[in-house]
Amino acid sequence: MKIVIINYGAGNIQSIKFAIKRLGYEAVLTDNVEEIKAADKVIFPGVGEASSAMSKLIDSGLDTLVPTLKQPVLGICLGMQLMCNATEEGNTKGLGIFDVNVVKFSTNVKVPQIGWNQILDLKTPLFSKVEDNAHIYLVHSFYAPICKETIAVADYGIKYSAALNKGNFYGTQFHPEKSSIIGEQILRNFLEM
Amino acid sequence: MLTKRIIPCLDIKNGRTVKGVNFVDLRDAGDPVELAEIYAASGADELVFLDISATEERRKTLADLVYRVGEKVNIPFTVGGGISSIEDVDILLQNGADKVSINSSAVKNPQLINDLSAKFGAQCIVVAIDAKQIDGEWIVHLVGGKVPTELNLFDWAKEVEKRGAGEILFTSMNNDGTKDGFANEALNKLSTELNIPIIASGGAGSIQHFTDTFIKGKADAALAASVFHFKEIEIVDLKRQLKKENIPVRL
Repeated sequence: MKIVIINYGAGNIQSIKFAIKRLGYEAVLTDNVEEIKAADKVIFPGVGEASSAMSKLIDSGLDTLVPTLKQPVLGICLGMQLMCNATEEGNTKGLGIFDVNVVKFSTNVKVPQIGWNQILDLKTPLFSKVEDNAHIYLVHSFYAPICKETIAVADYGIKYSAALNKGNFYGTQFHPEKSSIIGEQILRNFLEM
Repeated sequence: MLTKRIIPCLDIKNGRTVKGVNFVDLRDAGDPVELAEIYAASGADELVFLDISATEERRKTLADLVYRVGEKVNIPFTVGGGISSIEDVDILLQNGADKVSINSSAVKNPQLINDLSAKFGAQCIVVAIDAKQIDGEWIVHLVGGKVPTELNLFDWAKEVEKRGAGEILFTSMNNDGTKDGFANEALNKLSTELNIPIIASGGAGSIQHFTDTFIKGKADAALAASVFHFKEIEIVDLKRQLKKENIPVRL
């Protein structure tokens, strides 16, 4: 199985690579269009600020590629947010895969949310063998509200999308690569789709 | 619900753990990777590695260690000690660290916080503050509490937040090493006046101290070293007790 992690200069890619290796697979970092197209599974990472990450994606020419991919694609954290219509962070237009706009948490909670929260209302095989209220690790200041593509819900002052799905595209706001055994199960579910 | 985090801290020198640890099941008591794996498996929510090496090769030794930890450990970890530039942070993140912690370098050059936050995102920038209460006022100290600055803890903490830190790791030098509990009054004030997570450090001696720092100190996370290294407190026992007290934890 060929797994690629899209390398566009925005993300702590090493920890995703390590997590995949712990599951017994190898992932290749690449920004090569043909290599990404030919992969069995594609991971779209992202940390940092949305508008600069989006600029990097546009500069690498991959912004037009990602929405056309046919194999399972997993966006993680900012990667998931960039797959939405738009994000309030830096007033950034997204890839428009998920039909939802990402907004900032209100100030009645601490921002960023950092730590372990719970996921529930789990849908799709991405969460196979994962039970409601499982703990996952998150670090974020912006969130995707609940929408028709929500496949996991978390609660931080407000209920929001902890994961999204549309066709072959999946996105998790949390970091499966840092979410202990639960995260490993979710990552394995994705890789074995 | 977001849970309160329990964070063991490992002091590192030349790629090895410094403070003695009392783990009978450790093959190599000085190997930080093995210790980190045990903590991750026993319910630690995050780990902090604090490097106190002073050698010329320290950068490379630390980067190697970070790589080896990242390979094995499936929970987030922060690396601190001697970090003073964008390049330092870049190397650590590229090798698999999730966050970095800066302390003295932020006091000497506060712009560093803005620069790091803009380049890597606030989520991976922890600013550590060591402070000592002198005649009622909390004064920021450097070099492990030895050198006083002119900065007031609360003023500095607010500036750090404004400049883009994602979290504050506050160590009370009055409490550190005493095992008499955390500095909950100061922690409460920090947690109330700021809108970023506060990690409590210094003073852990009993399970009750953790309960107190989450309730009275309103801390978002609590860090400790020796009570965990010497198995005076097992993380699973600690979390069970916290849960009984209705404090949300990951169990």
